[in-house]
Amino acid sequence: MNAPSTGMPRNAARVDHLAIAELVPPGMRVLDVGCGDGSLLTLLEATRGVDGRGIEISQKGVNECVARGLSVIQGDADTDLVDYPDDAFDYVILSQTLQATRQPRAVVEQMLRIGRKAIVSFPNFGHWRIRGLLGLKGRMPVTGSLPHSWYDTPNIHFCTIRDFVVLCHEIDARIEKGIVLNARGERIGLNAPWWFWNLFGQQAVFLLSR
Amino acid sequence: MPTSTDTAPPARLPAAPRQGDAHDQVDNPSSLVARFGPDESLLLDSGRRLDHLQIAYQTYGTLNADKSNAILVCHALTGDQHVANRHPVTGKPGWWSDMVGSGKPIDTDRYFVICSNALGGCMGTTGPASLNPETGRPWALELPVITIRDMVRAQAKLIDRLGIDALFSVAGGSMGGMQVLQWAATYPERVFSALPIATAARHSSQNIAFAEVGRQAVMADPDWRGGRYLVEGTSPKKGLAVARMAAHITYLSDDALHRKFGRNLQDRDRPTFGFDADFQIESYLRHQGMTFVDRFDANSYLYLTRAMDYFDLAAGHEGRLANAFKGSRTRFCVVSFTSDWLFPTVENKAVVRALNAAAASVSFVEIETDRGHDAFLLDEPELYATIRGFLSSAAHARGIG
Repeated sequence: MNAPSTGMPRNAARVDHLAIAELVPPGMRVLDVGCGDGSLLTLLEATRGVDGRGIEISQKGVNECVARGLSVIQGDADTDLVDYPDDAFDYVILSQTLQATRQPRAVVEQMLRIGRKAIVSFPNFGHWRIRGLLGLKGRMPVTGSLPHSWYDTPNIHFCTIRDFVVLCHEIDARIEKGIVLNARGERIGLNAPWWFWNLFGQQAVFLLSR
Repeated sequence: MPTSTDTAPPARLPAAPRQGDAHDQVDNPSSLVARFGPDESLLLDSGRRLDHLQIAYQTYGTLNADKSNAILVCHALTGDQHVANRHPVTGKPGWWSDMVGSGKPIDTDRYFVICSNALGGCMGTTGPASLNPETGRPWALELPVITIRDMVRAQAKLIDRLGIDALFSVAGGSMGGMQVLQWAATYPERVFSALPIATAARHSSQNIAFAEVGRQAVMADPDWRGGRYLVEGTSPKKGLAVARMAAHITYLSDDALHRKFGRNLQDRDRPTFGFDADFQIESYLRHQGMTFVDRFDANSYLYLTRAMDYFDLAAGHEGRLANAFKGSRTRFCVVSFTSDWLFPTVENKAVVRALNAAAASVSFVEIETDRGHDAFLLDEPELYATIRGFLSSAAHARGIG
């Protein structure tokens, strides 16, 4: 569940991290699920003064995090979130990892059980370039931000922004805020209609509560 | 638990210089000593009481003015307080001298490191070889059975004596890791950070089985004399050596043994068709057994393995390990090794799960190595990086410069 393996380029991930950091009030207890090398946790600790913890599936990522002084355990979002008690955290974050989980729905439900709020960021599979690749060329999309071929991608559960919103309704999660970034990492206006977000958003960040 | 095994096969090793007799260390150790009399007696889990307690310990580095930089290192089954200095009996470097020292991961320029010989040991802390002041003879099997919690309570007395309220960290592997977990559970407010390495919250059935084989080997030696060998002037060296040989296998891994020894023959071209040590692995194990008996007391081996057998941290907390850490503010870093089958990752992860359930602060690293349980004593760069990073960040949080 490590963020780097999903193929987000470094600069795009950083914009995404800044958007997430904006949603986290100072001093919160935060769990970053799929924390990779710990760059988001480091950002949150430095800029928001959070009490941060992480779960990361790759041993390399975990070792890097612990050597950096972060509280991170080796674990799997799909299987290990059940070990945490209810309300253990203020915020549970899933950054660029949702599409690599085996059971995205269960993972989001677990996040909202162990945290008061959940933040989920993911690449939008409804982006026009992706639609173009699939619709016109008839090939599974390979783009700069999603560089894997279909046969070797860790991303097994892609969704569009619309799909994610429907999932939130199905599990009775309240969407408190959404931030959508275009291909240049710029924000798409809040008053833009859903279809516009779903077509021009390359990444989405959602703040959810129960 | 074990000592370093990352050495060449024994035939090519020079004999360790004999610096002194191991038994000299029992009552008059080459270490600092703290003594506690009947007014400070130690009540044991068995219900019995030690009215005379001696603790032998070593320190490294300097305690700061706030007394906030003390790290207690807990040694494993056959370790002792000589963490980072030349061993007074074997003349070898301390068992964790790559980990503890100036500029090392446990940096003695920054931290004040304390290590005491465990209760029940044989290097100067009260154990079965110590003189029982009431009889004037060695305790032998009259010493009450010791538990991991008894060891920790004894260490707490020493920490009190040193005027330290809270330890910056408690660190240790194997049996030492059990003590770390016990410290965090018994004295949560006195443990700022905890480093349990290659350990478990209870001794597994398999581990009890191995321990029993070792004890039976000792007790089957006619020179053991029902435990009274010191008075009778004998020494159950054969039994203790066999116990050590069997245990030593459990500290390694099949891969590591194969890599180091394979089926190589020892100083010969073909098998002798006898029961001499034809294979290098046999020669290596015999060497491990023989050198061990020169520095270790057979009854201590019984007491310490028994303490590990009785260890079950959850049992004292309604059977739920998480309850042992409820409300803990200690920062934990749990470390396991992929090829450790004595204290496998799954046992270490059970501790991590319990800490998560208790909403404690925990890091967990599993280090890839083929060196088995012994890896925690060996040169493992990832272990060093982990401990250095964890302690530095904890030191920052604690305000240690």
